[in-house]
Amino acid sequence: MTEFAMTPDRPILLTNARLIDPATGREERGSLLVRDGLIADLGNAVAAPDDAQAVNCGGQVLAPGLIDMRAFLGEPGAAHRETLKSAGEAAAAGGVTTIVSMPDTNPVVDDPAIVDFLYRRARDTSIVNVLPAAALTKGLLGVEMAEIGLLREAGAVAFTDGARSVTNAQVMRRALTYARDFDALIVHHVEDPDLVGQGVMNEGEFAARLGLPGIPREAETVMLERDMRLVRLTGGRYHAAMISCADSADIIRAAKKQGLRVTCGVSINNLALNENDIGDYRTFFKLSPPLRHEDDRQAMIAALADGTIDVIVSDHNPQDVETKRLPFAEAEDGAVGLETLLSAGLRLVHADLIPLPRLLQALSSQPAEILGLAAGRLARGAPADLIVFDPDAPYVLDKRDLRSLSKNTPFEEARLEGQVTLTLVAGRIVFDRRPT
Amino acid sequence: MSDTPRSVFPHRHLLGIAGLSAPDLTALLDLAEAQVEVSRQVEKKKSTLRGRTQINLFFEPSTRTQSSFEIAGKRLGADVMNMSVASSSVKKGETLIDTAATLNAMRPDLIIVRHHAAGAVHLLAQKVDCSVVNAGDGAHEHPTQALLDALTIRRNKGGIAGLTVAICGDIVHSRVARSNMLLLATLGARVRLVAPSTLLPPGIEALGFETFTDMRRGLEGADIVMMLRLQRERMNGSFVPSTKEYFRFYGLDQEKLGYAKPDAFVMHPGPMNRGVEISSEVADGAQSLIREQVEMGVAVRMAVLEALASHLPNR
Repeated sequence: MTEFAMTPDRPILLTNARLIDPATGREERGSLLVRDGLIADLGNAVAAPDDAQAVNCGGQVLAPGLIDMRAFLGEPGAAHRETLKSAGEAAAAGGVTTIVSMPDTNPVVDDPAIVDFLYRRARDTSIVNVLPAAALTKGLLGVEMAEIGLLREAGAVAFTDGARSVTNAQVMRRALTYARDFDALIVHHVEDPDLVGQGVMNEGEFAARLGLPGIPREAETVMLERDMRLVRLTGGRYHAAMISCADSADIIRAAKKQGLRVTCGVSINNLALNENDIGDYRTFFKLSPPLRHEDDRQAMIAALADGTIDVIVSDHNPQDVETKRLPFAEAEDGAVGLETLLSAGLRLVHADLIPLPRLLQALSSQPAEILGLAAGRLARGAPADLIVFDPDAPYVLDKRDLRSLSKNTPFEEARLEGQVTLTLVAGRIVFDRRPT
Repeated sequence: MSDTPRSVFPHRHLLGIAGLSAPDLTALLDLAEAQVEVSRQVEKKKSTLRGRTQINLFFEPSTRTQSSFEIAGKRLGADVMNMSVASSSVKKGETLIDTAATLNAMRPDLIIVRHHAAGAVHLLAQKVDCSVVNAGDGAHEHPTQALLDALTIRRNKGGIAGLTVAICGDIVHSRVARSNMLLLATLGARVRLVAPSTLLPPGIEALGFETFTDMRRGLEGADIVMMLRLQRERMNGSFVPSTKEYFRFYGLDQEKLGYAKPDAFVMHPGPMNRGVEISSEVADGAQSLIREQVEMGVAVRMAVLEALASHLPNR
């Protein structure tokens, strides 16, 4: 990371940029003026104050910073895998300006004091915004509702049991009912643990060949169908954290058609990879939900293109050698992803599967809308959380370059296109890849 | 003072508020009003029920209601027998109907019943020849509580019609709420139900009551704020997350009471969970009618027993 040459209070004029506002779909050549942490002006006739620091974007894309609705950070309790500081640096390098942190920590984020701790810790150590999601049930045990009202007052942006599913339908019903009174968002990992059973990868031909127990798609669809019924019953605000198969997309599509307050996400991994990438039992590809068949990956891309899928998440989950250098079935789930989220997403753009504004929408304006954030758009008065990137810049990923404390990336040695040049958070440059 | 009951109450049992007309309710309240003075005299004894046998059959423990019915019966001259479930044959597996038949064979005149199952008192009433008073059946009705609440309101507000009454808290499990909703609506009050959605009975709006999940909006302009007890087993994550959160958003403290009218009164059927649904400051404060409710309980139960006396067997 280069030095912060500019004083934070000095206005910054980003010139010669290809402005893309995913919230409106507007695209134009022009400049953008940042002042006092906000977007002061933008377009092709921006009047810059005399003291503004000009930054030439060289024709690169200027877009809102990415908002990642799902990342597991190591604090509190697992700072050897990731800290808010290391995650923040990885995020900034990947163009992510806001991270929603999962409550699966030690202790669990089910107490307003821990939400408070995360905000203070992030303010002191992270260069990007960290917004804590709190536990939906106490201890993530799926039995008793957490203090949704008090946690929301403390600043929790969503309620989720993180990597766990709430299997008890009565608990889920009551949580949806109760959360509605506070207009709180429930985010659910849809995977029935009983149907997952011993499964460690997608059920099917490939698992059969590897001799690994499979996870049927129904582990996801059964839980998702149940949730849709409960949302209809309760009127709660619901977001399926990640879907992974074609049938799930159909379920969400139907629910939206019914007018239910339902949104959903997809992991970048389920868009960019499939089960064949597991190859010779490579544990960095052991994920939850599992990588599915190529047909499912195609279905995810189609669902993203037609708006059924609202957001793309990194599902950033740092694991170290102790938890990954194990026989496949014994290894932990998860992959890091903050730093590769945009590059991996751009694969879909380069393959002409989705247009760039749609990708950016799913990575910024739509998560912002679901979370009720002012960020995620290029508009006067919006927070100056911004990225400048060259969508075509080619590179080969070397995991030693990753800023995350954990290196469990599924994109090791992958050829990627698209790199972030500049990242601004609240009007300050927090990442700068320009040659010095 | 006459011991002759006015036969203004055309029902043999008091099983609920449902089915009672405004004149029925007003007659009971008028009758109760007269009993208040009786209890304040040195000589509290009347002879309306002399020679009569009253059995208090409580399948659920209750200090307040049971003693209130006992005192009411005794002040009217009845022989009162308390039968609590702990010492009864119910513990030995006797069914409700067998218990009713056994008691009936002893020729009581009045049976006061509390049971944990909604509808149990109705069932029992079909199997006995005497009058039956519902002292609370499950989450269904608790008519004498609603009557004593109404009497308390009437004495302090001069009437019921036109008042805005906010019933707050655990509505879904509350027989007190159900009886009060019916009674107050019948007598022309505007009833609001204020609770988190998990404690509101699904479908309740269809019965014509306004519901609120926010105390500020629910209490705005209320003349009476009626708090309900939150049972311990519902406090820790099943219906509401914690007592701390419940008190923060739904507990009646001085600040939330400030949303109601300045001359609003606070009520609670007891027993209270201080610091859960109500603060001590409010419970013991100048706007509280909670102590008076207990006093009215005896008067109302005397009135009910008197009203039923005209329908007793052998009359």
